[in-house]
Amino acid sequence: MDVDPSSERNDSDEPTLRIAAICAAYGNDRHRMLDILRDVQEGFRWVSPRSLETVAACTGLSRVQVEGVASFYSFLSLTPKGRITIRLCDDIVDRFAGLAAVAAAFEAELGIRMGETSADGSFSLDYTPCIGMCDQAPAAMINDVVVTRLTPERAASIGSALRAGRLPLEIAVPGHAGLSPAERAAAMVENNIRHAGPVLLGPVPSDAGLRQALELTPTAIIDAIEASGLRGCGGAGFSTGRKWRAAASEPAERRFVFCNADEGEPGTFKDRVLLTERADLMIEGMTIAARAVGAREGLIYLRGEYAYLRDHLEAVLESRRAGGRLGRRIHGIEGFDFDVRLQLGAGAYVCGEEGALISSCEGLPGEPKTRPPYPVNRGYLGFPTLVNNVETFCHAARILGRGADWFRAMGTDRSHGTKLFSVSGDCLNPGVYELAYGLTLAELLTLVGGEDAAAVQVGGPSGTMVDRANFHRRLSFDDLATGGAIIVFSARRNILEIVDYYMSFFVHESCGYCTPCRVGNVFLHKAIGKFRAGLANPEDIDYLRDLSQTIIETSRCGLGMTSPNPILTTLQNFPLVYSALVKSSPDRVRASFDVQSAIEGARRIARRRSTIFDEDYT
Amino acid sequence: MNETRKPRVATVSLAGCFGCHMAILDIDERLVGLMQAVEFDRSPLTDLKTFTRRCDIGIIEGGCCNEENVHVLQDFRRNCDVLIALGQCAIMGGLPAMRNAIMQSDAPLRECLEEAYITGAYIRNTTHQIPNDPALPLLLDRVYPCSEVVEIDYQIPGCAPGGDIIFETLSSILAGRFHGFSRDSFKFD
Ligand SMILES: Cc1cc2nc3c(=O)[nH]c(=O)nc-3n(C[C@H](O)[C@H](O)[C@H](O)COP(=O)(O)O)c2cc1C
Ligand code: SF4
Ligand code: SF4
Ligand code: FES
Repeated sequence: MDVDPSSERNDSDEPTLRIAAICAAYGNDRHRMLDILRDVQEGFRWVSPRSLETVAACTGLSRVQVEGVASFYSFLSLTPKGRITIRLCDDIVDRFAGLAAVAAAFEAELGIRMGETSADGSFSLDYTPCIGMCDQAPAAMINDVVVTRLTPERAASIGSALRAGRLPLEIAVPGHAGLSPAERAAAMVENNIRHAGPVLLGPVPSDAGLRQALELTPTAIIDAIEASGLRGCGGAGFSTGRKWRAAASEPAERRFVFCNADEGEPGTFKDRVLLTERADLMIEGMTIAARAVGAREGLIYLRGEYAYLRDHLEAVLESRRAGGRLGRRIHGIEGFDFDVRLQLGAGAYVCGEEGALISSCEGLPGEPKTRPPYPVNRGYLGFPTLVNNVETFCHAARILGRGADWFRAMGTDRSHGTKLFSVSGDCLNPGVYELAYGLTLAELLTLVGGEDAAAVQVGGPSGTMVDRANFHRRLSFDDLATGGAIIVFSARRNILEIVDYYMSFFVHESCGYCTPCRVGNVFLHKAIGKFRAGLANPEDIDYLRDLSQTIIETSRCGLGMTSPNPILTTLQNFPLVYSALVKSSPDRVRASFDVQSAIEGARRIARRRSTIFDEDYT
Repeated sequence: MNETRKPRVATVSLAGCFGCHMAILDIDERLVGLMQAVEFDRSPLTDLKTFTRRCDIGIIEGGCCNEENVHVLQDFRRNCDVLIALGQCAIMGGLPAMRNAIMQSDAPLRECLEEAYITGAYIRNTTHQIPNDPALPLLLDRVYPCSEVVEIDYQIPGCAPGGDIIFETLSSILAGRFHGFSRDSFKFD
């Protein structure tokens, strides 16, 4: 080993000191591991073996524990990344919108292939799942900056501007310097609000709900939420009032209110719009929840893809603190203290699951927790933790302001109020629609200009693929449930190509804890490949059903319990797609087994041909 | 069909250890009755190397590790009405499929052969060559369970399966009343 004292100094001391300073900025607190590693990644473009050791030493953990976290998140890298990392959304919506040509244009301009980093360390090109810009696909992140509506020409010009040394923000938002954080976010990404309803996207008076809540006892606040019939908007639709009551009634010294802004379900981008347009209302809702359950500490878990909203959200938090609406003695009330911290994620869909979200905030790998105990009983650091979706908190604030009856009167019997739908895919007007629960899919399709749809994915990959014969079904928790995603597909689209992509998404995003989810989804994905290649037998349909059932029954969290849905719901609603592709072989020998490719390696090693399977063998 | 004809049975050992065939003998004295009830065609038990006639039942021991296994298995599929995979090797690939675990390699098959014939710690191979007689069948890239190569009708699990389970399963398949194993037929510790 050659030891050069000068390089030793440069390579070891300086970075080590910088990393130690990062850890110190977070009080060397192991629970802040995600923040620490995000900063290391940002400062050095990777988390090197030496960084792992330094971080471990500073936080009192073993290197393996730190590596377990660093290797979990896709935005943290154990190999060096470019100073500029471009992540193209490769969701099926982007693929249908011309992703391949955009990727090729970046490759040509930057001289590297997708998945590669340039030799001088300037650029990396990667794919990433849905970044929440489906209404303006194809889209990409350039470091923390988002660019949308990409074309090959735009990609080439972005690439050349970057090579000329222009900063990503300058490229995405020319003249950004004079803009406020909110204006900058709005200039970077369009909101595409297509239909404003009465609750969220119409005019909203500031803090009307919070002022009303301060007149009420905590129990009365919860009674109002429960009476409104509000159900969680993150996907599962659990009664918000009951959740708040459970969190309030658990005896504890500390309690937490967490806002789930992870929005990872492909096709969902309504929280993005609320975070941009209604951040004040959302924090107001969190403050009301804090009052109701007796929490003093709050947290917003913002997905790493939405890092471009960080400055804006920090500014809103700061202005609320400055106005006495957050922090100590809120609205002058002695003893009513509540403050909120912003936590950024780092590219992991499963971290939207509330247990995984809490693990992630605790500095652990973002793995779901075994339930029970539920977060409302034992959540963050073991204390009762209320986790609600962005939209749920916004609704809660409006319910307090306008009254439970007003909210309850909208929607259907068991799904009250309005819902934000984020619509993308093959329609004329992609964007966000606020509509009362209970409208039919056909009605929504008329609004969005998607009447020609042949299939609609309701609720994202974990939801339901609906065929034309079922467009009369209603959007509500009793019929077609959705956290907000509505993806429209025209008759030009290949259903199995969509299913294939969604299964690869779940394969990529499984945290790996449960074998049926980790391995089973790989098998399901492979089986779909067999169908697409025309090599499937009739009995492979039973195989898909049986394996799906096993995965659903034996998985620990909602990811595994819903991951077979792309297959199950298309088997149900598009049976002909499958039956048209299966072939039974008359002699019952499997066409999917290709003996030629199986012996190719041995043929090369032995340097001879097969006496059995090479027909021209002499 | 002649009403009194006995069902014809064929058996073969592919990539297995012959343990499953030994296990057939574990049905002990019931074997005598079975031999009277059926007629064995192609099988190591009769030393017949080809089918003399179409068979009702084919019993397969072992998975497919080389081209000859594939060829024989396909031949069984084409000549038997019902195929039974007997034992873990036939069902899952079993012990031979341990070589499928060589995954972090660009040339897993070569690595496997080199370890088996040249570099392995306990190898005494004075030629220092991987055997390559033209009569040797070519190996497959990995070991395949039978069900990946042909359709399999029934599986009898175990390594090797017990004599009782073999006897009961065969008897009920022959009687046309096999409807799967009961939940407590298998206990693993
Ligand atoms: C794999 C997975 C991902 C999830 N992602 C999100 C998400 O991005 N945002 C969200 O609000 N809820 C998400 N959820 C649901 C949460 O676990 C939780 O139910 C929700 O945050 C509760 O809030 P709500 O009652 O207001 O809907 C996800 C669940 C699973 C299983
Ligand atoms: S179901 Fe999948 S994502 Fe959920 S805990 Fe298990 S392995 Fe992880
Ligand atoms: S299953 Fe067991 S007994 Fe049967 S062939 Fe394989 S190793 Fe031998
Ligand atoms: S951003 Fe590409 S599909 Fe959502």
